Amino acid sequence: MLMLTCPYCGIKADETELTPGGEAHLTRFGPEASDEDFESYLFQRKNPKGVHFERWRHAYGCGKWFLAARDTATLEVFGTYPAQSKAPPKRLLTAIRRKRPGWEGWE
Amino acid sequence: MSETYAGYVAVSAARPGGMVTLRADPGNGKVKTALTKLAGALPEQRKLIGAEIAGQPVEIAWMAPDEWLIFCPRDTAADLVAALDKALDGLHHLALDVSDTRLRFDLHGAAVREVLAKLTPADMAALPLAEMRRTRLGQVAAGIWLSAEDRAHVIAFRSVGDYVFTALCHAARPGSEVG
Amino acid sequence: MSTRLASGGRLIDRETPIHFLFNGRKFPGYAGDTLASALLGAGQQLMGRSFKYHRPRSVVASGHEEPNALVNLGDGGRFEPNQRATVTELYDGLEARSQNHWPSLEMDIGALNDLAARFLPAGFYYKTFIHPRWAWKHLFEPVIRRSAGLGRAPVERDADRYEHYHTHCDLLIAGGGIAGLQAALVAGRAGLSVLLLEQSPHWGGRSPVDGATIDGAEADDWVKIALQELESLDNVRLRLRCQVAGLYDHGYALAVERLADHQPGAIPPRQRLWRIRARHVLTATGAIERPLAFASNDTPGVMLASAVRDYVVNWGVSPGDRTVIVTNNDDAYRTAIALHEAGLVVPMVVDARPGVGGPLAETVRALGIRVESGKAIAKVLGGKSVGGVAIAAQAGEGAVLETVPCEAVAMSGGWSPVVHLWSHCGGKLIWDEVSALFRPDPARPPTGADGSAMVTPAGSANGALLADAVLADADAQARAAVKALGARLPKSAVPQVETVAEQPLAATWIMPQGAGPALRAKMWLDFQNDVKVSDVQLAAQEGYASVEHAKRYTTLGMATDQGKLSNINGLAVLAGALDQRIPSVGTTTFRPPYTPLTMGTIAGEARGVLFQPLRKTALHSAHEAARADFEPVGQWRRPYCYPRPGEDRQAAVVREVKNTRQAVGLLDASTLGKIIVSGPDAGRFLDMIYTNMMSTLAPGKCRYGLICSENGFLIDDGVVARIDEQTWLCHTTTGGAERIHGHMEDWLQCEWWDWQVHTANVTEQFAQIGVVGPKARLLLETLGGMDVSKEALPFMHWADGRLGGFPVRVYRISFSGELSYEIALPASQGLALWQRLMAAGEELGVMPYGTEALHVMRAEKGFIMIGDETDGTIIPQDLGLSWAVSKKKADFLGKRAQQRSHMTDPDRWKLVGLETLDGSVLPDGAHLPAAGENANGQRNVQGRVTSTYYSPTLDRGIALALVHRGPDRMGEEVPVQDGKGGTVAARIVSPVFFDPKGEKQDV
Repeated sequence: MLMLTCPYCGIKADETELTPGGEAHLTRFGPEASDEDFESYLFQRKNPKGVHFERWRHAYGCGKWFLAARDTATLEVFGTYPAQSKAPPKRLLTAIRRKRPGWEGWE
Repeated sequence: MSETYAGYVAVSAARPGGMVTLRADPGNGKVKTALTKLAGALPEQRKLIGAEIAGQPVEIAWMAPDEWLIFCPRDTAADLVAALDKALDGLHHLALDVSDTRLRFDLHGAAVREVLAKLTPADMAALPLAEMRRTRLGQVAAGIWLSAEDRAHVIAFRSVGDYVFTALCHAARPGSEVG
Repeated sequence: MSTRLASGGRLIDRETPIHFLFNGRKFPGYAGDTLASALLGAGQQLMGRSFKYHRPRSVVASGHEEPNALVNLGDGGRFEPNQRATVTELYDGLEARSQNHWPSLEMDIGALNDLAARFLPAGFYYKTFIHPRWAWKHLFEPVIRRSAGLGRAPVERDADRYEHYHTHCDLLIAGGGIAGLQAALVAGRAGLSVLLLEQSPHWGGRSPVDGATIDGAEADDWVKIALQELESLDNVRLRLRCQVAGLYDHGYALAVERLADHQPGAIPPRQRLWRIRARHVLTATGAIERPLAFASNDTPGVMLASAVRDYVVNWGVSPGDRTVIVTNNDDAYRTAIALHEAGLVVPMVVDARPGVGGPLAETVRALGIRVESGKAIAKVLGGKSVGGVAIAAQAGEGAVLETVPCEAVAMSGGWSPVVHLWSHCGGKLIWDEVSALFRPDPARPPTGADGSAMVTPAGSANGALLADAVLADADAQARAAVKALGARLPKSAVPQVETVAEQPLAATWIMPQGAGPALRAKMWLDFQNDVKVSDVQLAAQEGYASVEHAKRYTTLGMATDQGKLSNINGLAVLAGALDQRIPSVGTTTFRPPYTPLTMGTIAGEARGVLFQPLRKTALHSAHEAARADFEPVGQWRRPYCYPRPGEDRQAAVVREVKNTRQAVGLLDASTLGKIIVSGPDAGRFLDMIYTNMMSTLAPGKCRYGLICSENGFLIDDGVVARIDEQTWLCHTTTGGAERIHGHMEDWLQCEWWDWQVHTANVTEQFAQIGVVGPKARLLLETLGGMDVSKEALPFMHWADGRLGGFPVRVYRISFSGELSYEIALPASQGLALWQRLMAAGEELGVMPYGTEALHVMRAEKGFIMIGDETDGTIIPQDLGLSWAVSKKKADFLGKRAQQRSHMTDPDRWKLVGLETLDGSVLPDGAHLPAAGENANGQRNVQGRVTSTYYSPTLDRGIALALVHRGPDRMGEEVPVQDGKGGTVAARIVSPVFFDPKGEKQDV
């Protein structure tokens, strides 16, 4: 049972107040996209054992979607940040690299 | 639904009041200025403040960074929507009378925090007064706030009113004090 | 025979005698007794029969680890099986029954299994009952089922109340022995919010029985002083009878508080489940003594040495006049002393270690008790009770040196720290060779949200077994936890304990070490599941080298006690059989809960009317008054139909359909989702959300729209109304309101966050009433207030106004094919309008209709239902809805996916109507079989029925179906399964059965 801090309302929310939304930072491919790009957008997910960027919605709270960086094996949470982000914040990436030397990065 | 349950905390269904939802972006300086001018002040994150809008006493609750719920006398909700629309004319916003969307329940007694803690994972011991905590109450969404140490208030969707009232009564049943 | 001593018993109140029933017989006991101590005190040693061999069993332990003394407790609505007598607090009138025997505890037919035990080794069932195949179902399983199993399942509804309680704290301490108390003192003095939970009704754990002297005071007194200080601290909460049952991620813990188990029917809830969020957890859960494996160690009267001590000191119970102690460590000598002090006889201390010395042994010797070094029990003599023990050399094979008559045996094989909570959330263990125990590995702790250690073990739970070490460790661990939590360390000293030095233990897994097969087949490891040394050795011999496999093969540790007494011994025997070291064989993983918990506790308040929230519309009371037959639609309750006296469901539905088609019906449509979408970019946004064009919809008009996921699949549908230049109102399905609102917010917040759009889910703000049928307009006109003529309010338009004084928004939309108005108004006024319509429409023949009539009428019109015609794999093009999929728009959600080759495949199943040739109603979900078989040897199918009804309008069965190239096959006859093994012939027709030109709705 995780606890994640909603970056919008500052609440440390219980997992039962949230709904999960899968992998974060997907790039949408629309009608003009190639089969390969569309397949990768629609189906190919990272599913790492380790650092993962994922979407959560504060469904029982402010209703906002936010993003979290979390270790899927240890459940360590490195940070949460607004969904209106094209990439994880630099400070967060630095913090993760410090804790996980050799981490391959988020992209 | 009986009106008041005399548990170790009294649980009652509040008389229907007016409620107006307002969506707008306070990051937009013009929106912030217009609203501040209209209401005198806007609540800080998660806060609930008393104010006066168009001559009516209201309470404004912070619901999300771009959402407020304004409690007002029931028959003034339409006027309040009009006042908001006027103040924000030309600015992207959405003001709606939602007086019938939610029901309010009032809890009165020394142990209001404890009774609510039986149903919500929110840290009730740490909830400051006049702060809106949107959370899960049993199996439904609810908003919870304390107006005094012995007075708590719950809003929940109308369709689950019976469920919320019954759950609150169960939690407040005499003899089930946690202490 | 066990009996009550004339004096002593620190936990019982001899001034308060009480009575209880065991197997229908009345027994005496005292307040403060457990069921086990009272039974032993009353001379009732036999408490149950074993699981597999039905051997007579008595109590082995004195706590939660008890494997044998399980009873059916209580009666009726308070009946509960598998209750451990050792932790069941006695109350006046308690009723218990022993388990797993027939016809009686004393005389059990199943005990014949014991005679056949050598034919029932591990894996016996797997090996034996395979052939012949038919026999399993008809012969073996029924017989095995009757003789297997522990307690009875309760029949009646649970009469008790339960509740949950969420709480947060800095430090959760599990266990209120001296370690937990000392840790609480340190953390409490540091100002942290501390929650100290103890599973038993008493503070202090084992120390008062073991007789430690702490800071110059008796343990009992030190505990009292510590409690006084803790109770004076506002930041410390203390709870007895509250067991931390499980530890989970991010400091989440579950604890069960037993409020009324010892006073059934009392006012408080029976149990309360604490749902705790702790910043840090300290486990001071103590240690459990291990049995020794010698032949017939399951005979009633053989108990753990610590349990014997507990019964004597705590409850004034003698296990028997003469107790032989058998041990491999010094601690059991304390039992010899306790028995001696109680005036009982200890004929011999059998110590597996050679050359026993040290202060404790010397003290015992000085009491005149015979201590035999390097010796073992070869076997226990007796059947339903201990008659004596045969002594042999531990180093030998079991040749009997002498026989010692006795009534009880107190055994100690060393101690195992209770590491369950540490393990629950991922903490690893290390093997301590000196004390022969697994303890928490400080290098591999469970970690929390910040990646640092979340749990700190302390005291015996950390492998510190002696009182001085316990307190020193608890103090040090608590200080480390306080520091980790960022609080200031208090200035206080570690309590000083006068301690007696102990001699090292000698790991002893089989007694005697060279015992042959006959003895090993009588050495019990897991008492509850009847697993013996020979079973584990057989598993190893048959290749079960992994402890996880051996455990499942033998069922070792898989009973309701989860192997609290047997895991380590079984592991050691397996390691021995595999000739490996214990740590390399590994341990099994402990899973929560620590002890079984009642279903009611897990459910908490969520039972009866609170089982799940029932959503009720604003008109619910009117439906109840009309005796509606409700059906669940998601969490909503909607009227299925409104049966009149003498009508069944079918008759009611037929009447409602006919009346709506011929006169006028009322439908409660309030559950339909209503979402306001507003803003400068709202049109653009809706063009992305819907497959068709919404931006071009004129204010005042309505349009039916489809919503697809990015996968292209249809997820919802409904009518969209344009309110003004920047505002649309989107109707969703009943189940879709929250889902589609979330879907919209997802795309707005996460993809198009620079678009200026606001959404608001206003589903609950409005009651919505469908006024449907040829007389609908007449009915509204009797209310008056607004022009509802075709000219003023044409089909697929909406208008605001007042009807009969009610502020309404009227939509001219139809899901039935009839002239239809959907009237929305504030929910609080919905009931009044409904009642007004019912009254005003009486002369017109108005009747309410339910969801089934709604479904029948929409099927007659060929309108799809999300969830009937769709199942998450259906695209609009499958349903003949291509007209609602824009070809002009450059993009919308699902557009790209609908271009994929599989989606454009002409071989897809598509929507058609089916009419049976004989007019009968097809079964729901029936397949349309086709010639030949598929690759799996299954019959090919060419379609399936998605909706099927009796149509009162057409007086025949109608169905919608998805059929291979269906629309190209109009008029073709196809077979459809009739649900009875055969098929029925049906004709493929248009899905629109009624008023294909749509003339009735547009009047």
